[in-house]
Parts: sequence; structure tokens; C-alpha cells
Amino acid sequence: MRPLRPLRRPEPPVEAIHQHAVENLRFIRETMEGASSFTAVSGVGGIGMGLTALAAGILAGGPPAPGRWLLVWLSSALVAFLIGTLAMRRKARRFRMELFSRPGRKFALGLAPPLIVAALLTAALYRAGRVDLLPGMWLLLYGAAVTTGGAFSVRIVPAMGACFMVVGTAALFAPPSWSNSLLAAGFGGLHIAFGAAIARRHGG
Amino acid sequence: MAKQSTTLRAVAARRAEPQEVPSGPMPAARLDRLIHERIRLGIVSALAVNDSLTFNELKALLQTTDGNLSVHARKLEEAGYLACTKSFDGRIPKTRYRLTPAGRRAFERYLAHMEALIEAMRER
Repeated sequence: MRPLRPLRRPEPPVEAIHQHAVENLRFIRETMEGASSFTAVSGVGGIGMGLTALAAGILAGGPPAPGRWLLVWLSSALVAFLIGTLAMRRKARRFRMELFSRPGRKFALGLAPPLIVAALLTAALYRAGRVDLLPGMWLLLYGAAVTTGGAFSVRIVPAMGACFMVVGTAALFAPPSWSNSLLAAGFGGLHIAFGAAIARRHGG
Repeated sequence: MAKQSTTLRAVAARRAEPQEVPSGPMPAARLDRLIHERIRLGIVSALAVNDSLTFNELKALLQTTDGNLSVHARKLEEAGYLACTKSFDGRIPKTRYRLTPAGRRAFERYLAHMEALIEAMRER
């Protein structure tokens, strides 16, 4: 009589399973990166940034002016930046991706130059007493940043950047009394609308 | 025929119902074998970060043949993990895939399994 063989195959050594798991996660990460450009752009974060801008629009009130108006919008920009960064980090973690993987770095490098220019021009225009030009300039340069950064991202991101540039153009030539509403419509409305679309289509 | 297809899909969807992820170390035997295969894992990973992808986009991304991709995508579709729509772009047929909620849950379970395996090894 032949010796009985167990029906179940023996489990492979634990080290081999561990190594296989690591390789699988690496394969998943690379496939996701290749398939989606930059996926950590967070729609939920966009919604959060939009809500911050709507709150700033209410708090700032009135036409562009030094003092409270400027302080409210600059503070909201800082809060929105933190919300956006944390949301992107959270989304990247959820998909087991590194935030600054190759597409992530490209996104950040595309985003940074127009934002640095915006910060410098804000200081220069404030010193020159041309605060009235800030809303149009902010919206245009943020739109340019999102468009250039979004060139390496899912298609909806550069589309959002282009919309910001359209609103920015309007703000640049509109009467100063419209500026606050256009800022809220741009940084608030566009972030919320596109954020919801990104969250629905691109996993959060 | 349509009824039979619906029945098959219903069975597949039931089979893909989410299961509780057990805590603690997870043996390899408990892995979702359907997703574990390399091409199928690639399909699901790519669709997890895209609303949908066409057959040709998946083929280019995974660098595989028509036949191979077709067989694996069919298996995922039968399990209720993928939804497939066929249309025409002019006279050229176009097949588009997207991940179903069951497929997304299965993918997230699989990721959790992988992480649990790595974590268990770290604790040893």
C-alpha cells in the first residue's frame, strides 16, 4: 500500500510569503502610478479647501483692501494648503503609494513655480498699494500652477486649472466690488465642484 | 440567454460579497486567488485609480496579449469584480472596463492581506 499523501499542500516558508507580499505591493504601486499619472490628488481635500475659501469670502467681506481682508484670505490660503497636503497624504497612504513618488514629484515641481511667483507678487503689489490686483493675480497664477502640475495628473486636474484661469481673467478686469465674490466662486466653488468629481471618479 | 447571464452574474456577485478581514497573521491560503494572479492584479490595480479603462489601454499598460488580457478580464467580470461595456468608435469596437464596488472591496481586502502578512513578519 502506498503511503498516504496529505491533500493540502504544505504552506510555503514564512519568509517566502513575506517577500512575495512585498513584491506584490510594489507591483500594485507601480501599476497604479503607470495607470493614473498622479492619483493622490484628493477630491475630498479639494472640497475642504473650497469650504475654507467660502468661509473666507464671508469673513473678508467688501472689496480688496489691506488689513483684515488680506489677512483673512492669506490665512485661508494657509489653512487650505494644509488641508490639501494632509488629504493628499491620506489618500496616498490609503492606496499604499508614496506621496512623493515620481509622478508626485512632477506634480509638485509643476505646481511650485507659479505659486512662488504668486507669493512674491503679493508682497510687491502690497508694497505698491495695488491690493486691488491681488484677486485676479491669485486666481490666474493658482490656475496656472494647477494646469502645469496637472499636466502629469488625471485629465480633470488641468481642466480645473483652466477654469481657475478663466475666473482669474474675469477678476482682473471686473470692478473691485466683485473681487470677493469671484475669489469665493473660484477658490470655493471650483474646488468643491472639481473636488467632488475627483472624489467620485478617482477614489477619494 | 439573458436570464442565464443574469443568474450567473447574481451568483458571481454573491460570491464577491465582502467578508470580514480576520485580524492577526493571515496564511497565504486565505488570499483572494482571483486577484492574486499577476495580470488580474494589474487590471484591478489600474482600475482602482481610474474611472474606467479601455481594453487597449489595459493591454498597453500591462504589456500583455489580447488573448491573455481577455481571458483574465473575463474571469474578473464573471466574479462581479469588473463591469464591461462594449461600444463602437466609428466602425471600431471598443471595450471599456470599470471596477465594481465588489471589485474595489476585494482589492482593498487584498491590500489589507498583503500588509497583514508583512506586519506579521515584522513582529516575528
